[in-house]
Amino acid sequence: MDINRKNFTRSRKRVETRLKFYGLTSICFSLLMLATLLISIGLNGYTALQQAYFKISIPVDASEFTSEDGNILKNKINLYDWDGTVNRSFNKLFPEVKSRDDRKKLFSIISSNSGYDFKEIVKKRSLDKGKTVLTVWLSLSDDADQYLKGRLSKDIPEKDRRISNQEIKWVDSLVERKIAQLKFNKTFFTAADSREPESAGILGAVVGSALTLTITILFALPLAVMASIYLEYFAKPGKVTDFIEVNINNLAAVPSIVFGLLGLSVFLSTFGLPRSAPLVGGLVLGLMTLPTIIIATRASIRSIPPSIREAALGLGASKMQAAMHHVLPLATPGILTGTIIGMAQALGETAPLLMIGMVAFIIDVPSSFTSSATAMPVQIFMWSDSAERAFYERSSLAILFLVGFLIIMNLIAVVLRKKFEKRW
Amino acid sequence: MKKDGDTMKQKLIAENVDVFYGEKQAINNISLGINENTITALIGPSGCGKSTFLRCLNRMNDVIDTCKISGKILMDNTDIYGTEVDPVELRAKVGMVFQKPNPFPKSIFENIAYGPRIHGLASNNSELKDIVLSSLEKAGLIDEVKDRLDDQATGLSGGQQQRICIARAIAVSPEVILMDEPCSALDPIATAKIEELMNELSQSYTIVIVTHSMQQAARVSKKTAFFHLGDLIEYNDTDKIFTQPENEKTQDYITGRFG
Repeated sequence: MDINRKNFTRSRKRVETRLKFYGLTSICFSLLMLATLLISIGLNGYTALQQAYFKISIPVDASEFTSEDGNILKNKINLYDWDGTVNRSFNKLFPEVKSRDDRKKLFSIISSNSGYDFKEIVKKRSLDKGKTVLTVWLSLSDDADQYLKGRLSKDIPEKDRRISNQEIKWVDSLVERKIAQLKFNKTFFTAADSREPESAGILGAVVGSALTLTITILFALPLAVMASIYLEYFAKPGKVTDFIEVNINNLAAVPSIVFGLLGLSVFLSTFGLPRSAPLVGGLVLGLMTLPTIIIATRASIRSIPPSIREAALGLGASKMQAAMHHVLPLATPGILTGTIIGMAQALGETAPLLMIGMVAFIIDVPSSFTSSATAMPVQIFMWSDSAERAFYERSSLAILFLVGFLIIMNLIAVVLRKKFEKRW
Repeated sequence: MKKDGDTMKQKLIAENVDVFYGEKQAINNISLGINENTITALIGPSGCGKSTFLRCLNRMNDVIDTCKISGKILMDNTDIYGTEVDPVELRAKVGMVFQKPNPFPKSIFENIAYGPRIHGLASNNSELKDIVLSSLEKAGLIDEVKDRLDDQATGLSGGQQQRICIARAIAVSPEVILMDEPCSALDPIATAKIEELMNELSQSYTIVIVTHSMQQAARVSKKTAFFHLGDLIEYNDTDKIFTQPENEKTQDYITGRFG
């Protein structure tokens, strides 16, 4: 009898140890996967924090686009031959390049937006009247940039390489003369999308996402809270309520692209709202997150001790007063957590935005809820689809950005939770 | 000062009250009158319907969807289940203190001030403060909390929390106070304090208390009603119930043979 007991205890302990080990292994495995993901994206993306620039001195004749009292004339500055000015100066660094074809190749190692970039620099500087020589740093082309970062190896046969031997020689010569180097890629954080990787930035997509999520939260949160209160406290139990309940749960499981189609047919076709706008994107994502927030809100309303509500009702508060004055404030942490989870889901959502045209190529940072915009996941989707290697590293960096935003949102959720939590 | 219960004015009169929870009948045809400015105790074993009956008196059962009530409950000769009576208004006149102390997780001041605020009993802050202070005084709490009105009510001891709940009920100037086992979560000292308080309050309020403690019923109430399985078995002066009960079941219950 005693020995049996011993064996029994021992085998029970063995099972316990084994299950504990399984649990630990699962956690380690998922952490390992997460770490692998983040590290591989990080290794691909960190180089996008830098961009290859070259230093160049360019003569400008300010009198051609400034008025007598020193103001820049808009129509004249746009007519000025900025591309030619930059190219001519760049040619002077390589005087041996003379033929039209060779010059064309030479200019391909600098960004094709150099003229525009230089114009923007000139606009910001107050120039003396007459001729001046400006020394500025401008972007090299994305291929030269990738070569300097060691991502385009010389070992690859020339015909398979995006940068020719001659171009490599020119870039090397710039580096030797110490007038080409990798510098912090400010453009990535201050610009919107561009066809040229060296001019492309994430800001447009970040602002687009922020505008979209603003609409989403303004639209979804009040609706979800009101719906939850009604369902919890006012709806008479019965077939209709059951039907609504089942459908809210169903709605949470509907593929997101369906919401995109809904947005396309309702908001764009029927209501005629502008295409590609954060307003429509926000409404669509709001519809999508509505069930998530409703479910979270109802769960957190139910978790409030009924005694609090009874106390209010017993004092003669109406149902709505009891809910608004007592239950809702106490349920806030749960509601916020649900909302932020819903927002995080919305932030990472791509498919419905494709349907309503937020996949457009937009070179300006959106300025209002109705201007054309794109969102971060869509931007990543578009960049990862591009042929240029430089877009590859940029999409990796953008992914890190997106993940960073998600982490920040979750941190906010934790902080708010802690702040509003009340004990009783 | 109260000599004979039968000649006193009856504040609440229940006539043939039936209560159903869905299919199940919780209370069978109960009629009973509750005297004004008296403490009436409802006793009986668990599930006998005494709490259900108590909650009928301020229509708290309305909150439960499956609950159906028939019969009449008259308060000052008005049927409280009549169409012209708003349960919200009724609950301001018939306050309630619950089994477990349930102060709002707010400051002491806010707890007491909430009722007067929603009913618009104070026109300005100083009036509101007067109401709060006098309610705390009536609840015998003023000396203990007057220096920390802004502290969380949930930080007080259980007995103090329960007296906060009583003060909160008093603050809306009710005529009747219903107490649903107000001392079941409290220690004997806190219980004694609440009982003392009930005694004082019975000068100006009609109090109905549900209790599991026979001693408590005997100590505080003037009249006692014994419920069993949804029936009102016996209703009489407390002295009578505890010394010479007419019904055998009452006898068995108060002597601890069942329940």
